[in-house]
Amino acid sequence: MSQTFVLKKGLNIPIAGEAELRVSKTIAPGIVAVQPTDFKGFLPRLLVKEGDPVLCGSPVAADKKNADILLTSPVSGTVKEIVRGEKRKLLAILIESDGKRQCVDFGVKDASQLDAAQVREALLQSGLWPWLIQRPYGILANPEVRPRDIFVSTFSTAPLAADTAFCFGSELAAAQAGICALTKLTDGKVYVGLDGNGTSPFAGLKHCELNCFRGPHPTGNVGVQISHIAPIRKEDTVWTVSLAGLVAIGKLFTTGKYDVRRKVAVTGPMAIQPSYVDALPGTPMQELAAFYGNTPVEQLRLISGDVLSGKTVSAAGYLGFFDTQVTILREGTDQELLGWIRPFRFNQFSADRSYFSWLLPKKKYAMSTNLHGGARAFLMNDGYYAKVLPMDLYPVYLAKACLAGEIEKMEKFGIYEVLPEDLATCEFVDPSKNNIQAMIEQGIDLMLKEMA
Amino acid sequence: MNSIFEKGGKLYWLHSTVDAFETFLHVPGTVTQKGSHVRDAIDLKRLLILVVIAAVPAALFGMWNVGYQHGLAVGDLRLNIIGNWWYGFLRVLPLFLVSYIVGLGIEFASSQIRGEEVSEGYLVSGFFIPLIVPVDIPLWMLAVAVAFAVIFGKEVFGGTGMNIVNPAILTRAFLFFSYPNYMSGSDCWIHYKPTEQLVDGFTGATPLALDGASAQYGTGFWDLFIGTVPGSVGETSVIAILLGAVILLWTGIASWKIMVGGVLGVLFVGGIGDLAGITTIPCYMQLLYGGFAFGIVFMATDPVTSAQTECGKWIYGFLIGALCITVRLFNPGYAEGMMLAILLCNVFAPLIDHVVISTHISRREKKLKTA
Repeated sequence: MSQTFVLKKGLNIPIAGEAELRVSKTIAPGIVAVQPTDFKGFLPRLLVKEGDPVLCGSPVAADKKNADILLTSPVSGTVKEIVRGEKRKLLAILIESDGKRQCVDFGVKDASQLDAAQVREALLQSGLWPWLIQRPYGILANPEVRPRDIFVSTFSTAPLAADTAFCFGSELAAAQAGICALTKLTDGKVYVGLDGNGTSPFAGLKHCELNCFRGPHPTGNVGVQISHIAPIRKEDTVWTVSLAGLVAIGKLFTTGKYDVRRKVAVTGPMAIQPSYVDALPGTPMQELAAFYGNTPVEQLRLISGDVLSGKTVSAAGYLGFFDTQVTILREGTDQELLGWIRPFRFNQFSADRSYFSWLLPKKKYAMSTNLHGGARAFLMNDGYYAKVLPMDLYPVYLAKACLAGEIEKMEKFGIYEVLPEDLATCEFVDPSKNNIQAMIEQGIDLMLKEMA
Repeated sequence: MNSIFEKGGKLYWLHSTVDAFETFLHVPGTVTQKGSHVRDAIDLKRLLILVVIAAVPAALFGMWNVGYQHGLAVGDLRLNIIGNWWYGFLRVLPLFLVSYIVGLGIEFASSQIRGEEVSEGYLVSGFFIPLIVPVDIPLWMLAVAVAFAVIFGKEVFGGTGMNIVNPAILTRAFLFFSYPNYMSGSDCWIHYKPTEQLVDGFTGATPLALDGASAQYGTGFWDLFIGTVPGSVGETSVIAILLGAVILLWTGIASWKIMVGGVLGVLFVGGIGDLAGITTIPCYMQLLYGGFAFGIVFMATDPVTSAQTECGKWIYGFLIGALCITVRLFNPGYAEGMMLAILLCNVFAPLIDHVVISTHISRREKKLKTA
């Protein structure tokens, strides 16, 4: 039973710097980083020490709570350095690549012939398990649990997001194998969300329920799709897998290898000739230096991910595990004289009718990181924010409940259904400049602490 | 910002004030620290200045009307439009000065105490307050009322965005109950000096209080619609208020649901009164009398104190309209009920929202269970 959902609410942010559909560079990094901080709910226990040889797919860290969950190396080589932060917190394991791409052989298997335990074993061993994210809370999936359903979104509506048809359209066989494997892990269904704005190359996938979604951002967010297909209630557990993860899981079964190489869109108003690169998670940002050229790094913000929910990384940092996009922005430290009172500000985008951006619906804006105002208490009412959130909940009430730390109210207003990224558009339009995503994060952390 | 205004500097106690003026001139060069890396160009300064701009037509008309009503009262119509306006401007300007100096002074001080940036909320309240009081209100009374409303209506709750009732309405309510002689009856609405000779048959009552008696000004539909009648400074002209309403609705700052709800509420209760023979005023005329238009456009739609939910806005608007006319028709003591209606509904708005949200959530849960 396939449905088409047309979502009216939401907001596409017209930022300049969309990546051209070509791969301009294949990056074979000298060093890659495995960053345990990419995984929410992962407490790392180190399995290697400096100087140890590793293969592509050999474990480097395990979860302290569940030793079966492993992080594995995406390249073959030697462990170069263990990077620790404050209180000796493990930040990254740097692995120097030998360029040979020697892989641990996990064996080619037909996923549809395996049983649940075998699939689980294969994913845990290979280090692909962390692709499975549990909802509520967006943490690592617990291998002991059988989720109600598993959800995959095959497209992203985030600003300048990588075109999934271009990145993964040629990997249909792997995606199909991935779905076959996932069906073993749940008693419910595997739901796949298709891009309803065009024809999706993933429309032919089998053994899953396909649903089309049409609408502005955040329609492509899997959380929004779940809330329209089968909302998460209290006590429910569902899992989600990104398309990159689905393909990596599929490749494990079709090739027997740990292969997380993918196309990454390098985008943003400050990116020179924005296009795609072929890269691994943990690739150093230095490899992308050609994209920002001679601009001093202090004037730039490099974001691993999209402009709404991505993580700021320094020029010496690394691409995040889940990210298929890098965005390069200008730090907006300039002061704009009498900006707010000018009748027209043609170079600034606003979704609000007080400005005149609506006159130029096709225009793309070279946005910077300027906050465009000062932080204030919430002033506009809930409907102002709900306009850009295609979910059946009250965003301001939820954010305030999170701030107040009232668990009962958080439950009532739908904390189980959201991750911070789902409310990112609300944060973008907020004239009071609240950090709504951070509020939701705070709420989720409190839930994790209290419900554990 | 100069370092003496920073924490630890000699003039730190002026930090919020300096910051307020600085950000008034420039959009600050602050960059996003957490969450979304890019933000919409909209900020509260922009939103709230638009509300002020929307109220400008009503203010300008109100000033002219002060001069015009004075002319009618003394039987001297020699002043032209500009002359009347200037006459009124000089009478209303002190009200604006007192409202802004007292209100902003408290606002700046409280922001400094809380260690926050100064919020722009009072720019709007301070502009509304002179428009909803009689022109002859003594300035010290206004100062006391503004201080009361800003401190106990807003700052004790945590400042703009946290208040339960609209500070401008609270100012008026404070004046109304503390100094009723200056706020009601027939002596306060038209400015004239005690030495001036008044015309024969002069009355200082507003059309609502006239109850069909004759006056030196017209009381027909068009007089009320254009606003050439006595009343609080900015509330008389429905046409000037409608201009403001267009701006507020177009920009989406004010909710059309509240406004339409309010009109429906007036027509409903006014219609009942009309049909039952309680009043001789046709129900549509109730929309033009008194402070209803100004209240429903500028006061009831305050996003902080109104109902938050979309369904709640209908109920909230309707209740305001209905209560306003209920007071007009069934309360012998007060001629006008708009202020009380808004005040009461401000207090009930959170309850309305609570009911709307609880109903919505339990209905959704039931639906999910059966699905």
